[in-house]
Amino acid sequence: MYKNFFKYLISAIFLLGFSVNSNADFKVGFVYVGPTGDHGWTFQHHEGRNAVEAAGIKTTFVESVPEGADAERVIRQLAQSGHDLIFTTSFGYMDPTNKVAKDFPNVKFEHATGYKREHSNVSTYSARFYEGRTLLGHIAGKMTKTNTIGYIASFPIPEVIRGINAMTLAAQKVNPNIKTKIVWVFTWYDPGKEAEAAQALIDQGADVIMQHTDSTAPVQTAEKAGVWSFGQASDMQRFAPKSILTSIIDDWAPYYVERAIAARDGTWSQQDTWHGLKEGMVAMGPYNSAMGADLVKEVEQLQKDLASGKVHSFTGPIYDQKGNILVAEGKVADDGMLAGMSVYVKGVEGDIPK
Amino acid sequence: MSLDISFIGILIGSIMASSVPLILAASGELITERSGVLNLGVEGMMIIGAISGFALMVITDNLFIAIVGSMFSGVIISLIFGFLTQSLLTNHVATGLALTIFGIGLSAMLGKNFVGIPGKEFPILFSSLRESIPFFGPILFGHSIVLYFAFALPFLTNYFLKKTKLGLVVRAVGDSPVSASNQGINVTLVRYCCILYGGAMCGLAGAYLSLIYTPQWIENMTAGRGWIALALVVFATWSPIKVLIGALIFGGITILQLHMQAIGFRIPVQFLSALPYLMTIIVLVVISRDSRKIKLNTPSSLGRIFYKEK
Repeated sequence: MYKNFFKYLISAIFLLGFSVNSNADFKVGFVYVGPTGDHGWTFQHHEGRNAVEAAGIKTTFVESVPEGADAERVIRQLAQSGHDLIFTTSFGYMDPTNKVAKDFPNVKFEHATGYKREHSNVSTYSARFYEGRTLLGHIAGKMTKTNTIGYIASFPIPEVIRGINAMTLAAQKVNPNIKTKIVWVFTWYDPGKEAEAAQALIDQGADVIMQHTDSTAPVQTAEKAGVWSFGQASDMQRFAPKSILTSIIDDWAPYYVERAIAARDGTWSQQDTWHGLKEGMVAMGPYNSAMGADLVKEVEQLQKDLASGKVHSFTGPIYDQKGNILVAEGKVADDGMLAGMSVYVKGVEGDIPK
Repeated sequence: MSLDISFIGILIGSIMASSVPLILAASGELITERSGVLNLGVEGMMIIGAISGFALMVITDNLFIAIVGSMFSGVIISLIFGFLTQSLLTNHVATGLALTIFGIGLSAMLGKNFVGIPGKEFPILFSSLRESIPFFGPILFGHSIVLYFAFALPFLTNYFLKKTKLGLVVRAVGDSPVSASNQGINVTLVRYCCILYGGAMCGLAGAYLSLIYTPQWIENMTAGRGWIALALVVFATWSPIKVLIGALIFGGITILQLHMQAIGFRIPVQFLSALPYLMTIIVLVVISRDSRKIKLNTPSSLGRIFYKEK
C-alpha cells in the first residue's frame, strides 16, 4: 500500500512540476525564410514576433532557413527544445511543418500561406494580399503611359498567381489596353537578380514595376530608371521616394499576439485564418501625391469598399487566357477557387511555369 | 523586342555590369588557388566587403575610403583564414566553409544599423560619350571605375602568372611546395600573400554590389555569387581569361533569360533559369578540353597542407 502511495506521490510531484514548468517556460518559436533585415516579408514577421515578446511571452527565431530538408531539421529542433508554439512563415515549410507536427502532438504549429492541416495541432493563416494587388492594379492602370506593367514573380504557387490575376483584372477595368509582362526569378530573395529582372522589364517597355519578391532592389531600380513602382510586404517608400506609389504592408502582429496568448492559456484550437484589409492584416502605405488628388480619392474609396466587402477583387465575368469563363457574370470567386488558383486570367502574357 | 542595334548595346552594357563581382572574386580566388590554397570562404569575404564598404560610405561620406576600406576588410578576414590554415595548419575546406558562415553572420550583425539607408550615387565615367555613340557608347562608356578595373584584371592576372618571376614563384608553390621550399622560397609567406590578395578582391567584389550595382545594404545580399565565382575558377581550369569568359556567359545568360521572359518566349521558365549554370559549364568544359593545358594550369597541391620540417 505504501508502495502505491509513493508511486502516486512521485507522479503527483512530477505532474505538478511539469504543469508549473510549462506555464513559466512557455516559449514561441519562429522560422523565417529570409534575413530579418530584408525590409520585406521576413522583416514584417519579425515585427510580429517583437509584438509577441512585448506581450511578455518568450520567443526565439531562426532566420534564413531554406525551404526543404533544412526546414524540417530546424522545426524539429525548435519542437524538441521546448517550444510550445511554432510559427513557420513561408509556403515551402508546409510539408516539413506537418511532418514534425505528427511527431510532436503537444506542440502547436502555425503555418503561413499554406493549406495543409494534416494534424489537429496545425493551423494555417494567411492574408488576402490580393486585395492590396487590386488597388495596385487600379493605380497602375491609370498611371501607365506604355500600357505595360512589369511584374517580378518568385515561384508559381497560387499565392503569387492570385496576385498577378487580381492586379491585371483591376488594371483592365480602368484601362482595357493593359498588358502584364511577367518575369519569374525563382527566388524569394536575391537583390541582384531582382534588380536585373526589373531592368529587363523596363527595357521591354514596362513603366510600372511591381514584385512578389522580398527585397527593395526592384523599387530602387525603378527609381533610377524613372518609372513607377510599389513597395512589397513593408513600407519601402524611403528606398524610392519618387518612384513608389504605395506599398502593400503585411501586419502580422495582432494575429501573432492573439494566437500566442491563446496557446499559453490553453484556448488554442486548429483554424484556418484568411484576413485582409478589413481586419488590418493587409494595410496600404501612404499614397504618392504624384498620383494626383482625384486618383488618390478613388483608390481610397476602393480600399474602403474592398474592406467592407462591397467590392470583391475577383468579380465575374472573369476569363482565362483562352477565353474560357472562370467566374460567371455577377458572381465572385469563392475562397476555395482563390486558394487553388493556377491559371492566368485574360490579358496576362506568357505561360505559368509547370 | 526592339531588336535595334542601340538596344543590344545597352544589353551588353548591363551584362558587363552584372559580371563584375564574379570576375573580381574569381580572379582573386584564382591567385589563391594557384598558390595551392583552397579558400571556400569567398562568399563570406564578399559579404564582409559589402557591409564594410557600405558602412564606410555612410560614416565617412567618401566613396574612395569606402572602396579601399572594403578591400582592407577583405584582407583582414582572409588573414584569419591564412593564420588558421598556414600557421595552425587546419584543413582548408573546413576552415573556408567556417569563414563563409562567420562572414555572413558577422556582416548581418555589423549591418543592423545600416539597413534601410539609401545608397549614394556612384560616379560613372564618360557618361556623355555613352549617350552620343550608338551601340558602342553603352558598351564602352558610362561605367564605374571598378568595372574597368575588373575587365583589366584577368589580363593582368594572366600576365602576372605567365610572364613575371613572382608569378612563377606562386605557381611553383602551388604545384610543389616541397621543391619550392628546397629552392629557398618561403612557401608560407607566398601563400599568405596570395590569400590576402584573394581577400582584397573578394572584398572589392562585395563593395561593388553594395555601393554600385544595388547601392544599399541588405543582409545576405551577395546571395550565392561567391559560390558561383568558386565554381567558375574550377570550370575555367584556373585560367584567368577563361574566368572572364565564364563570368560573361553566366551574367549574359542570366540577363538574357530575364529579357526572353519579358518578351514572352514560349520556353519553359525553369529551363531558362537553369540555363546560365548549364551554358557556363558546357562552354567552359568545351573550351578547356585540352588535357595537357589543364595539367599545366592546375595547381597540383591544391588544398594540401604544407609545413616545413625544422
